[in-house]
Amino acid sequence: MEGQNVEELLAKAERDEAEKLQRITVHKELELEFDLGNLLASDRNPPTELRRAGPSPEAELQALARDNTQLLINQLWQLPTERVEEALVARLPEPTTRLPREKPVPRPRPLTRWQQFARLKGIRPKKKTNLVWDEVSGQWRRRWGYQRARDDTKEWLIEVPGGADPLEDQFAKRIQAKKERVAKNELNRLRNLARAHKMQLPSTAGMHPTGHQSKEELGRAMQVAKVSTASVGRFQERLPKEKAPRGSGKKRKFQPLFGDFAAEKKSQLELLRVMNSKKPQLDVTRATNKQMREEDQEEAAKRRKMSQKGKRKGGRQGAGGQRKGGPPSQGGKRKGGLGGKVNSGPPRLGGKRKGGQHQRGKRRK
Amino acid sequence: MRPLTEEETRVMFEKIAKYIGENLQLLVDRPDGTYCFRLHNDRVYYVSEKILKLAANISGDKLVSLGTCFGKFTKTHKFRLHITALDYLAPYAKYKVWIKPGAEQSFLYGNHVLKSGLGRITENTCQYQGVVVYSMADVPLMAHNFLY
Repeated sequence: MEGQNVEELLAKAERDEAEKLQRITVHKELELEFDLGNLLASDRNPPTELRRAGPSPEAELQALARDNTQLLINQLWQLPTERVEEALVARLPEPTTRLPREKPVPRPRPLTRWQQFARLKGIRPKKKTNLVWDEVSGQWRRRWGYQRARDDTKEWLIEVPGGADPLEDQFAKRIQAKKERVAKNELNRLRNLARAHKMQLPSTAGMHPTGHQSKEELGRAMQVAKVSTASVGRFQERLPKEKAPRGSGKKRKFQPLFGDFAAEKKSQLELLRVMNSKKPQLDVTRATNKQMREEDQEEAAKRRKMSQKGKRKGGRQGAGGQRKGGPPSQGGKRKGGLGGKVNSGPPRLGGKRKGGQHQRGKRRK
Repeated sequence: MRPLTEEETRVMFEKIAKYIGENLQLLVDRPDGTYCFRLHNDRVYYVSEKILKLAANISGDKLVSLGTCFGKFTKTHKFRLHITALDYLAPYAKYKVWIKPGAEQSFLYGNHVLKSGLGRITENTCQYQGVVVYSMADVPLMAHNFLY
C-alpha cells in the first residue's frame, strides 16, 4: 500500500512537472512580434480556434491571452537584469513602435511683425558665432545673455558726452534705457502672441495708438489709466465736472431662479406679517447708533465746556473711561422700554441719559 | 428672469396691499399650488411653479411673458400695477365701488365718476383708499386710488 502510495505520489509529481513545463512552453505557428520597450506582443496567427468557438468564446480567449502573456514573460526573462533595492529588475530596451500623436497637429502661427518685415525685404538670418572675443576681460564671451561681451551697463567709466547735462547720471541713464528696451521687447512678444492666438492683450483692450477710438473706448481707457497707479486709483482726483463711472462696483448677486420655494414663501409671509403688524418696528441697529451718536455729541460738548472753564481731570477721565460700559446697557434697557413709542425718543433718551450719568458718577466712586 | 429681491418684494407688496390688504397672503400661500413672483425685463410675473419650470427653457431675450404680469418696476424702482393683475386682485379686494351703467362707459374712457354715478360702495372706505371698481353686473373694471 505504502509503496503504491509513494509511487503514485512520484508519478503525480512527475506529471505536475511536465505540465508546468508544458505551460511554460507555448507552441505557435507564427512567432510573435515583440516590442519589449512598450511591453507589447503582437500575435499574427490566424484565430481559427476563436472562429470555431461559437457565440461566447470566453474560455478560448482566456487560453489565448494566457499563452501570449506567457511568451511575453519568457522574452522578458531573457533580458539583462539588475538588482534595485532587493528586487530583480529587467532593463527594457528602447521601444520600437511609434505611438500616435496625443494632441492634434498645431496650426501654423501667423508671422510676427519682424518675420513679415524680413520676408518683405528679403532679409535672411545671418549665421553668427555664439562666442565673441572680449578685449576688456580678455576671454571669449557670449554674444548676448549672462556675462556677455559688450555690456554697456557694466562699464566702470563712462565719459560724459559733449552736449549732455554734466549733473546727469550716465550709468542710471544706460540702465534705464536697457529697461525700456526690455519692456518694449516684452510688449512686442505679447503682441505677437496675442496675434497668434487671436486674443486681445488685456492691458490694451480698447486702447489704440492712433485716434479712431469711440467714446466708450476712450472712457474705458481713461478708467484703466486712472486705476493704474500704485494705490489702484484710490487717491486720484476727478476733474471738476467729471461724473463717477457707472458700473464699476461689484456685480449684484440674486437668488437662483428655482430656489427653495418653501423658503421663499416663508420669507414673503414674514415680510407680510411685519408689514401688517401696524406697529412701527424698532430697528435696533439704527436706534443704538443714534443713541451713541447723541452721546458722543454730549461728551464733546461737555469736554469743550470743561476745557473752557479750566482743567477738571476727574470729569474728563470719568466720562472717557465709563463710556464703553454705557451704550450697550442703555440700548438694552431702551429696547424693552420703548416698544412702540419711537417718536417720543429724544426727550425720553435725554431723561435716561441723565440717569445714566448719575449712575456713572456713583460707579466712579 | 430672476426672483425679486427683498427691497423689490417689499415695494410690490406695499402697493398691492393698498388694494387687498392682508388677503395678499392668500396670493403668496395658495392651497392649490406653488405660485411665485418672478422679475423679467423689469416686469413682475405671477406664475405657477410648473409654468416657471417650462419657461426656464426659453432664453431670456426670446422670452416675452409668462404667467400673469402684475406690473412693472420703473426706472426709479417704483412699482406700477397693471390692469392684468385685476383678475387676482378683484376676488380679494377689501374696498369695492360699484358704478351705475350710465357712468361706466364714461369712467372707462377716463373721466371722473360723479357722485350720481356711484352705485354702491363698501362701508368705512377712507379717503385715498385703494379700491376695486366694479360695474353693476359685478364685473371688475379697474383698481383705482381715488380722491373724494
